[in-house]
Amino acid sequence: MQKDDDRLTSRGEEFLQVFKKGAEFTQDLMRENERLRYRLLELEKTPSPGGGDPPAQEVRRLSERIADLEAEKQEILDRIRQVEEENHDFAARYLEIEDENNNLANLYIASYQLHSTLDFCEVLQIITEIIINLIGAEEFAILLLDEKSDELQAVATEGVEREQIPVVRLGKGVIGQVAQSGENHFVSDVDDYQRDFLSPMVCIPLKIKEHVIGVLAIYKLLVQKKEFAPVDYELFTLLAGHAATAIFSSRLYSDSERKLSTIQGFIDLLTK
Amino acid sequence: MSEYNVLIVEDSPTMRQLIAFALKRIRGVRIVEANDGVDGLKKLSAERFDLILTDINMPIMDGLKLVSLVRNDANYKNIPIVVITTEGAQEDRERALTLGANDYITKPIQPTKILEVAKGLLRIV
Repeated sequence: MQKDDDRLTSRGEEFLQVFKKGAEFTQDLMRENERLRYRLLELEKTPSPGGGDPPAQEVRRLSERIADLEAEKQEILDRIRQVEEENHDFAARYLEIEDENNNLANLYIASYQLHSTLDFCEVLQIITEIIINLIGAEEFAILLLDEKSDELQAVATEGVEREQIPVVRLGKGVIGQVAQSGENHFVSDVDDYQRDFLSPMVCIPLKIKEHVIGVLAIYKLLVQKKEFAPVDYELFTLLAGHAATAIFSSRLYSDSERKLSTIQGFIDLLTK
Repeated sequence: MSEYNVLIVEDSPTMRQLIAFALKRIRGVRIVEANDGVDGLKKLSAERFDLILTDINMPIMDGLKLVSLVRNDANYKNIPIVVITTEGAQEDRERALTLGANDYITKPIQPTKILEVAKGLLRIV
């Protein structure tokens, strides 16, 4: 009996020990639970950099920044578009200036050459070169007005014989009318033009101020020249004035040289 | 010291001036002018040239003869030649090219065209 009591006491103590350990373990678990809850609360209060929902204020600030950047991006895109348009304008303007530069060079060279000599034949040769090389005409004639007879007669031709060009009375036909009026004549359609020596495709009066001394008559353009360019009209205007002056000056000079030579001959005769 | 020596063979002073005006836009270009083919050959023998531009219709010696002589001379055969003429017909172009011309420009002259062709043959970008 005593033996059974001792065994029961021993087992009761063992059970109590186990129960105490279980109680301690439970208390430890509850403390850990409490600590973790506290930690969780702390973490919930602190904004995390990697995850979780950012505060509303930060969201608003970032949204505003995005909107600003979007606006800035749009502004830059607009500016790029504007610069591209300006570039196109500049490129077009550059080509225009390049053309104008070339045209001015043509006009300068024509003018320079026209006034580079006082020899009548050379002046006619230079006018011929300008018409061939700068305007691109293949058949043409330069007619000068004889003020005594009021007739226009060819003094230089290209592509046609001089004899083929008729003598024209002032006021008669296209050539005569151009010489009388001092107005340029252009046919409306170069392609449809049929050669007629009395009615050229282009007829330009050679004028010193309003005084017409002759005309330039063009009958045919070079095969590769399909139509007149704007610079051609400028060249015609230049020819009308400068060629007339050059022809007039060279004729005066030639006449004075001839007279001087005649006078010198007389003086030589008288003094010998 | 010039970078490019260019010879213009042309009997018309107006044309020479116009071609020279166009070519002077090339940086470092030096231009020598000749009145006809014979004058051109004389100038060729005096110095080195990088390009020749020649008219076809000229007195004394025409441009086609000049092209032929240049192409058959070991000293000059590699110089690029551009032929300038009033003739726009295909047969004239072919004749000049057959004789050895590198390119062909027809009148009326456009300075931009001369510049474009010259730059191409001088290998200027």
